[in-house]
Amino acid sequence: MSKPQFVYVTYIETTPERLWEALTSSEFTKQYWFGAEVRSDWKIGSPFALLLDGETTDSGEILEADPPRRLSYSFKHQKYEELRGEPISRVVFTIEPFGSLVRLTVLHDGFVEGGKYLGAVSNGWPAILSGLKSLLERGKVLAIPRAALNKGFDAK
Amino acid sequence: MNLDQFKPLTVYTIYIAATPEQVWEALTSAEFSRKYFSGFAVEMEPRLGGKFIVRAPDGSEHISGDVFEYDPPNRLTVTWNVNWPDLVAKLGTTLVTYEIEQAGEAVRLTMSERHDRPLSDDILSGGRTGWPAILSGLKSLLETGKAPQIKMAPPAQMLEALRAMGIKTP
Repeated sequence: MSKPQFVYVTYIETTPERLWEALTSSEFTKQYWFGAEVRSDWKIGSPFALLLDGETTDSGEILEADPPRRLSYSFKHQKYEELRGEPISRVVFTIEPFGSLVRLTVLHDGFVEGGKYLGAVSNGWPAILSGLKSLLERGKVLAIPRAALNKGFDAK
Repeated sequence: MNLDQFKPLTVYTIYIAATPEQVWEALTSAEFSRKYFSGFAVEMEPRLGGKFIVRAPDGSEHISGDVFEYDPPNRLTVTWNVNWPDLVAKLGTTLVTYEIEQAGEAVRLTMSERHDRPLSDDILSGGRTGWPAILSGLKSLLETGKAPQIKMAPPAQMLEALRAMGIKTP
């Protein structure tokens, strides 16, 4: 049995530098991450936070930062009580040039067997990363309701 | 075929700015699929029990199957059997289901690859590598009118695992 983890791969017509910026600039993330802003100075050991409407929903620490190739941070949910008890998880972004495209691999791991967090994350990432791809390729995000993030998990 | 025995071993979800009808058309027509699926042509008889073929650029039938669930533009299940000698005998039938749902102004497309027995990660690596490239291309084609050229290397890890099982691969 493999460890509980979520992996998502997408191919985007962009450059590694633009993709790095889209992952690390709150101006960008607000557009495709359902209004969420990332906050960090992106130096190894520095704090990382994800804010929604000014409130921290998730926080962690920068584990790896090798622009524009690899970024990783720890990720701990702060907002919903039913998720606060889950262990600290980890997100790793790998950015690779692929012909005229860029391949982005998102690995999110560190979950417990049978926990609720993996389900929430598995529903969230495809919507977020689909919006990111649309934003970079056609300059416009997708109009997906925030409820799409919660399919299979009612985070209210 | 007992559907209950089939478990999803690979699932990929992607959101696309398009209508369910456009996504259905892109998944089931040769004209569209050639553009995002490395030149492969999807040929489908649009009815329950109809033939489902994926034709390689050289004209051969790479995948042969039947339409198993047919509910346009919401749900399609086909048998997705790669025509390599002994492959189906050793791995069993593969079922591929596309679920197409409206999500706001976008469409959520979920692809599930189901199998009737456990398969190793090496065997499954072919689909797990291929689907993101195919469906990323489909999304770009529908949203920008242009499919990017995603040139995939042969799925070495899967081919090696198939050979180890005595399946002849090209």
